[in-house]
Amino acid sequence: MRSDTRAPGPWSVLFSTLALGLGPLVLGGCDKMRGGSETAKGPGPASEAKGGEAKPDAPGGDTILIGEFGSLTGSEATFGQSTHNGIMLAVDEINQAGGVKGKKLAVKTYDDQGKSQEAGTVVTRLITEDKVVAILGEVASSLSLAGGRVAQQYGIPMISPSSTNPQVTQIGDMIFRVCFIDPYQGFVMAKFTRENLKFGKVAVLYDQAQAYSKGLKDDFIKSFKEMGGEIVSEQAYTGGDQDFSAQLTTIKGTSPEAIFLPGYYTDVGNVALQARKLGVNATLLGGDGWDSAKLTEIGGAAIEGAYYSNHYSHEEQRPEVQAFVKKYQAKFSQVPDGLAALGYDSARLLAEAMGRSPSLGGKDLAAALAATRDFKGVTGVISIDAERNAKKPAVILQVKGGKPTYSATVAPN
Amino acid sequence: MTKLLQTLFDGLAVGSLYALIALGYTMVYGILQFINFAHSDVFMTGAWVAYVVAATAGWAALGGDAPPLYAGLFTLFASMLFCAILGFGIERLAYRPLRKAPRLNVLITAIGISLFLENIGQRPELFGTQPQKMPQLLPDTTLFTIADVNFRVVDLTVIAVALVLMAVLQWLVFHTRLGRAMRAVSHNFSVASLMGINVDAVISFTFVVGSAMAAAAGFLYVMKYPGALKQPADSTWILLGLKCFVAAVIGGIGNVRGAMLGGVLIGLMEMFGAAYLSPHMRDIYVFSLLIIVLLVRPAGLLGRATVEKV
Amino acid sequence: MLGARAAALRPGYGFVLSRAVGPFGAFLALAFVMQLVVVPWAGPFYEKLLMDIGINCLLAVSLNLVNGFTGQFSIGHAGFMAVGGYVAGAVTYYGSFVLWGSPAVHGGFLGGGDLLFLAGCLVGGLFSAGAGYLVGLPSLRLRGDYLAIVTLGFGEILRVLLQQTNDVIFVPAQIEAATPWQMATALGGALGFSGIPFYTTVFWVFVMLGLLLIVAFRLKESSEGRAFLSIRENEIAAEAMGIDTTRYKVRAFVLAAFFAGIAGALFAHETGTTLNPRELGFQKSFDIVIMVVLGGMGSISGALVAAVLLTVLPEFLREFADWRLVIYALSLIIMMRFRPQGLFGIREIWELWRKPPGASPAGRGAS
Repeated sequence: MRSDTRAPGPWSVLFSTLALGLGPLVLGGCDKMRGGSETAKGPGPASEAKGGEAKPDAPGGDTILIGEFGSLTGSEATFGQSTHNGIMLAVDEINQAGGVKGKKLAVKTYDDQGKSQEAGTVVTRLITEDKVVAILGEVASSLSLAGGRVAQQYGIPMISPSSTNPQVTQIGDMIFRVCFIDPYQGFVMAKFTRENLKFGKVAVLYDQAQAYSKGLKDDFIKSFKEMGGEIVSEQAYTGGDQDFSAQLTTIKGTSPEAIFLPGYYTDVGNVALQARKLGVNATLLGGDGWDSAKLTEIGGAAIEGAYYSNHYSHEEQRPEVQAFVKKYQAKFSQVPDGLAALGYDSARLLAEAMGRSPSLGGKDLAAALAATRDFKGVTGVISIDAERNAKKPAVILQVKGGKPTYSATVAPN
Repeated sequence: MTKLLQTLFDGLAVGSLYALIALGYTMVYGILQFINFAHSDVFMTGAWVAYVVAATAGWAALGGDAPPLYAGLFTLFASMLFCAILGFGIERLAYRPLRKAPRLNVLITAIGISLFLENIGQRPELFGTQPQKMPQLLPDTTLFTIADVNFRVVDLTVIAVALVLMAVLQWLVFHTRLGRAMRAVSHNFSVASLMGINVDAVISFTFVVGSAMAAAAGFLYVMKYPGALKQPADSTWILLGLKCFVAAVIGGIGNVRGAMLGGVLIGLMEMFGAAYLSPHMRDIYVFSLLIIVLLVRPAGLLGRATVEKV
Repeated sequence: MLGARAAALRPGYGFVLSRAVGPFGAFLALAFVMQLVVVPWAGPFYEKLLMDIGINCLLAVSLNLVNGFTGQFSIGHAGFMAVGGYVAGAVTYYGSFVLWGSPAVHGGFLGGGDLLFLAGCLVGGLFSAGAGYLVGLPSLRLRGDYLAIVTLGFGEILRVLLQQTNDVIFVPAQIEAATPWQMATALGGALGFSGIPFYTTVFWVFVMLGLLLIVAFRLKESSEGRAFLSIRENEIAAEAMGIDTTRYKVRAFVLAAFFAGIAGALFAHETGTTLNPRELGFQKSFDIVIMVVLGGMGSISGALVAAVLLTVLPEFLREFADWRLVIYALSLIIMMRFRPQGLFGIREIWELWRKPPGASPAGRGAS
């Protein structure tokens, strides 16, 4: 019989689990029930967030705490770091100018390693532990989606600096962005290709493991076909591939006038080099994922003459741009990329809305953000539309002499 | 026909790269029976060291169509030397103390080292978080063309260097005393040590050779794909490493010739799959081939099924 | 005569009932306490942390059934988690649309939504178990690390396939028109399966964990479980004792896959997560393996402790963002160097003060 030799049964486990489970809780101490029901992501009018009870302005008294979450480590670290630099520059500037409502801004930044689970956790932590009044964050749309659903649930406004996937702001009435969305970007590139470059036959090569790349590809193809263009070949690769000869050979066989590459600059340089080696001489086209000084460094001569859409050009002569570029270079000794500019704009737009908002409660702040009209940002004049997306122009850049140079501005409508 | 031959040639070039990396996996597995997950990071380090050497020496500026031969050779050897020392250090500091521990522990240590190399490599003081462009150290031209198939200098170099290194390894393992010691250790650890073989030295040597091969592969990789030097923590490196490990398993893990065969097979399979089926499914081809081979021939193509005894 | 003696030895119904129902009742009570007392007191962030802890415990303890009990080496546990998560997510997401016309959380505790969620968990677990059977049967016939390699391959193939799925449908009219096949292939692709209602609560996580713990402890003390352990100790000897090693290995593997599927289902419905194929790859599997090894192979309580530690620790290291992963990697290496048997070895936490099993002549050789 086993009754005398058996190990202590589940009862002891129960106690140890209880003890372990309670361990970390000693640190906590908030009296809040479950954050309420999840709001639906639907096509109709965005659902109301339930949070919104007025928050105490800030725990510190004379500072307002903003939360930021980003990929500061991991393989997407460069994106997170640029955005972070932009945000910090903006916050320093605002504080030097006297802050918002007589209070200084402070930023609490957490790293999410580019993982969506971490993104959800840190946004929860920012909201419920650090009691931030608003959240800035994420570049990658999948991470903004994870964090955004949490922010929406707690009724804390969130501004994504650079997630271009339409789904992000469809989460609900607390989620905003300061960048344009992929359908617009796809439309802009299609229009530019069709009308300015007068191309009729275009091939597409996209990264099927990146939602960004896939989404932008779909939007471009849709717009381009509507404008009477022809997609002669549609090829895919998987992020991490380094050899594109098979796809490029197929594309070469269809002799397109241009190739649309809606990927990240980390792959585009490599694709361009291989395309030229294989004797593919079509013009290369791309989106804001190309935006990096590394693009031309890696692509070299192969990327010469290519066009891509972007949020801004550091060469634009608008005073906002020139002032920003100068300050950024002084502080970080590099030319700011689009992500830095968007991070900068997101923080400044938030501060501006805070100034207009009667209180810093979630609902008031969201209403103030939604009422943003003609905000003069570095990345263009921003108006927030009914879907909480930024209505703003896109810039088309051309790589000339190893540098992205300003080519055209395409305004919405 | 041209397409067939061109694909064949490309597949051989990629395959010989894979074979070089697969050798490192198979040698370690043959002797210590564990999957050295840190090997792909040694390969990554090799590629990055090659870049750092070439960039600091200022050879990017030489570039053009005919860079000096010594630049390439020096970079190759510098990278191999660095990684040989790295491999030696990893074995000495991390794996050797675990010689008697369960294999799973060694495996976790390997994962730890892999994480460590990736994340320390991302530090701005080392390689940073940005991808880089490898300076052209080989003439970027087509050497000759037969039946419309382009034989590029880079691809020919990759195949030639890989062949030379594999020939050296073959000679080392099968025709020297040291090689005999290696085979003895891989055959039976304790008996080999009873026979007076310095097992620790042999294992160190295995790591040195494997890591140098990986570094050479890293160098050749950035020569072939100068635009694909991704940041250290990018998943590209691990995926490449996994593929090469699969190559070693397909060939018969622990078997040196098997790794070469497996590498070339995987390379060909990828290239033909990409050219004739759909190019973005190549990971699926590779792993499906693995599962099929394991089901049909569990010991791999050249591996011998071993009978386990009590 | 013999029958009467057997009847005398047979425990009474009351005893059986208390042994069978008691532990589960206790876990149910614990789960209620957690949900109703601890969570309101600790606040939402610690609520989320508790759910993460519970899910990681589920993953670590279930993997322990394979890696710790039978000594096989699986590194595709995240793949089974993905199967369970995606299946359960599809069931509740599309099920909610079909039943109530929106994917919002429906009903209160044990309301319609909760029932759908539980059904989703079960279906997810079963699908995952099925996948475990398909993967395990051929590869568990072989010895050595082949299971590791095949599970790794399985996880990678699954990742690539999931990345190819279509965007999630969120327009009710389109969902009404969609065929089941269209729904099953609209899982969000590379962007991740977003929009799954947040049904997971601390209560459900701890109920599932209680279930698994009861199964695991009962198993460890049963003849079935002894067979598992004997395979770990010496596969050839076990076979010589008449144990059908392949069958037992497959059983352990399928059971582990089932609970990994449930863990995946809980994960899918947790606040602030998006199912993303990229994140359920081999790196996630490695994390789970690390928990098992850190806790000690075969030690259920060890796996629990390790899962708790490894979930909580990164939260506190978050302040050192730059060096976090470097520190993590180094501590892993150092841990393996100085405590290779893990925190508790093969013992349970309450056995630590007893003599190690290996010390007594009857201990290790018993299998």
